[in-house]
Amino acid sequence: MAKILAVDDSTSMRQMLVFTLQSAGHQVIEAENGQTALQAAKSNPLDLVISDVNMPVMDGITLVKSLRALPEFKFTPILLLTTEASPEKKMEGKTAGATGWIVKPFNPDQLLATVQRVLG
Amino acid sequence: MALDVSQFVGVFLEESFEGLDVMEAGLLDFRADDPEAINAIFRAAHSIKGGAGTFGFREVSDFTHGAETLLDQIRQGERGMSTEIGDTLLAAVDCIRDMLRAASDGSQPDTQRVLQTRAAIETLLGKAPEAASDASAPAEATGGGWRIGFAPRPELMKTGNDPLRLLADLRRLGPVTVRSDAEAIPPLAELDPEACYLRWEAELHAAVPEAEIRAVFEWVEDECDLSLAPLPPATVGPGVNGSPGTNGAAAHTATPAAANGKPPATNGSPAPDGARRGEAGSIRVAVEKVDSLVNLVGELVITQSMLSQMGSSTEEFDLLRLEQLREGLAQLERQTRELQEGVMGIRMLPISFVFSRFPRVVRDMAGALGKSVELSMEGEDTELDKGMIEKLADPLTHLVRNAIDHGIESTEKRLAAGKPAAGQISLKAYHQGGNIVVEVADDGAGLNREKLLAKAASQGMPVHDGMPDREVWALIFAAGFSTAEKVTDISGRGVGMDVVRRNIEAVNGRVEIDSVPGQGTRIVLRLPLTLAILDGMSVRVGEETYILPLTAILESIQPTTEQLSTVGGKGRVVHLRGEFLPLVALHEVFGIEPRARRPEDGIVIVAAASEGRTALLVDDLVAQHQVVIKSLETNYRKVPGVSGATIMGDGKVALILDVDMLLRLRRMH
Repeated sequence: MAKILAVDDSTSMRQMLVFTLQSAGHQVIEAENGQTALQAAKSNPLDLVISDVNMPVMDGITLVKSLRALPEFKFTPILLLTTEASPEKKMEGKTAGATGWIVKPFNPDQLLATVQRVLG
Repeated sequence: MALDVSQFVGVFLEESFEGLDVMEAGLLDFRADDPEAINAIFRAAHSIKGGAGTFGFREVSDFTHGAETLLDQIRQGERGMSTEIGDTLLAAVDCIRDMLRAASDGSQPDTQRVLQTRAAIETLLGKAPEAASDASAPAEATGGGWRIGFAPRPELMKTGNDPLRLLADLRRLGPVTVRSDAEAIPPLAELDPEACYLRWEAELHAAVPEAEIRAVFEWVEDECDLSLAPLPPATVGPGVNGSPGTNGAAAHTATPAAANGKPPATNGSPAPDGARRGEAGSIRVAVEKVDSLVNLVGELVITQSMLSQMGSSTEEFDLLRLEQLREGLAQLERQTRELQEGVMGIRMLPISFVFSRFPRVVRDMAGALGKSVELSMEGEDTELDKGMIEKLADPLTHLVRNAIDHGIESTEKRLAAGKPAAGQISLKAYHQGGNIVVEVADDGAGLNREKLLAKAASQGMPVHDGMPDREVWALIFAAGFSTAEKVTDISGRGVGMDVVRRNIEAVNGRVEIDSVPGQGTRIVLRLPLTLAILDGMSVRVGEETYILPLTAILESIQPTTEQLSTVGGKGRVVHLRGEFLPLVALHEVFGIEPRARRPEDGIVIVAAASEGRTALLVDDLVAQHQVVIKSLETNYRKVPGVSGATIMGDGKVALILDVDMLLRLRRMH
């Protein structure tokens, strides 16, 4: 069981993430944009962060950069949810410090498989 | 494990419809100098696309992709906004809404329009509809397996990747032997503990496509040197010794690219179960509203326990406690009222829910009619009962369309009349004396008194030249009445204004018209705050009690004999400050024995109705209360002149009167 922060501005996506991760036995904290996610991350030790890219207030790329700047998140896996299949977008996330990405649309099984891959 | 995500479809649809509203409003009010605006539009499209794919609405996801790409180009400054692009994107918004609605209620989307819009977007993007590009090209499998050289760059771990995890992942594909190479580890003094110095060479003994191996290293392809070579005995394929990063992400891109080739309108994938949960059943409530309710209930419990303690105390109740009891009861009353307001507030939504559609309606209609029309809106934050909002949408749309079609003149006529070329339509909402008032005003030609009278006379309606303006304007509410010279696509068929009035009266509201020739027309809708509770005045007629909506009451008088007269031997009127008001005696309408036989002994209530003012004769005014409206139709049957019923404090049932209907009933007699 891992402690996971799920970040998405879309309520349905967030609910789907939380439901899926919880049903796999993970403990999930949710946030609706980068800024609230950053606050939540500062007060919680986390095993994994899953975040959308396009969000109001603070986007996913900025969130990744901000998290990597915190000593306790130096090596924490961070996955970005992206519909962009284009390599540049993924590289932008990578350059910011993201571990990898999950391409939308995905189904719960794909999500859990990817999470499994990251958590080992 | 198969997890069912269809339970989130309702939420997805709800937020998508909201997102579409954001897109529409943003596109209508587009300004290139506001980057946050285009970002918000893009984000909405982006979320819909992502969610649609995830929740099984493949066509919606595919369709939205084109619009999203277009928006992204505008957002990145690669493309400017133009009217053509704006129109196409608005059409796309309609299509997406249509498709999602189809998914939620099983209706048929406009397939033709979807295809056309898709084609238009693709033309704008400068590409022919993509043929099914088979992205899975380099998928040759080798018989003997692969030799994999994996040399991470030192910084690989700083993105949270772990080389050992990647190697473990490789094991999923088949038996693997791994050899690590520690040669690059520097002397301890120079060693960076956060860097990765190890390299690995792995042999995978399984016949898997190259793409699958690359997929394992997909996230780190920019942070390592990866070499792949087939193991002998292998059929050597082309491009096997791929250098890192060239045909990398093949496995992942395969799915979306292949999906692109499919036509969107095949209705292929049926909506998942539970998708038909429309917006009907749920209300979104701000957390603060709920919190304040919880708070109020808390206070109520305290008051209740205080009062009950007073009552159950073993000591005799003495007068000294009376003050305390009064205080407690006053507190209870205040809290009950606040609780009631709070609970009602849950059903309240800002009128912007209806208003938000009008920029689009005005733009489209004005365009279709070749008129220039500007829309201004005020008081969008005014809150209304959710049920009322839903019932208001159609009448308001009708009024706005009418104003553009009949009210606003053509540009030439306006200029000739010395008016600005662009017509003005204004929508306003505000509170006034316990009512919500919604106004639709235009600065057009105004209603034509002579034309209305002539038309009414030709249809055999009882009219005369001396009728007050208000009554003449009210003629447009008659069924089948239209003065439009030509019937247009948009309005003028004579169905409409009567429906508007019926809809507004169905929610206990009232419609008023003001019109000045050459200056425009203003239609005012007066609506109660809520559908569930009514501020009423109880009146007595004989032994019966009736409730009159407070909003309908203007004043009450005790008439003198001089003020009463009979017109034409049948109808009685009350003469009040130079105006003759038709007198409706409630005891006659309901066939009751009154206490006051003569009007002079009773009370006359001057009430406002859509068609003008009227005088209601009752025995007595009793009190003002808030009453809970119970439907007569669901509990009994419809009764003319009665809009509902309520239960009074003493347990008796009182009927709630409908002044408009009473006046019409009188006319018929």
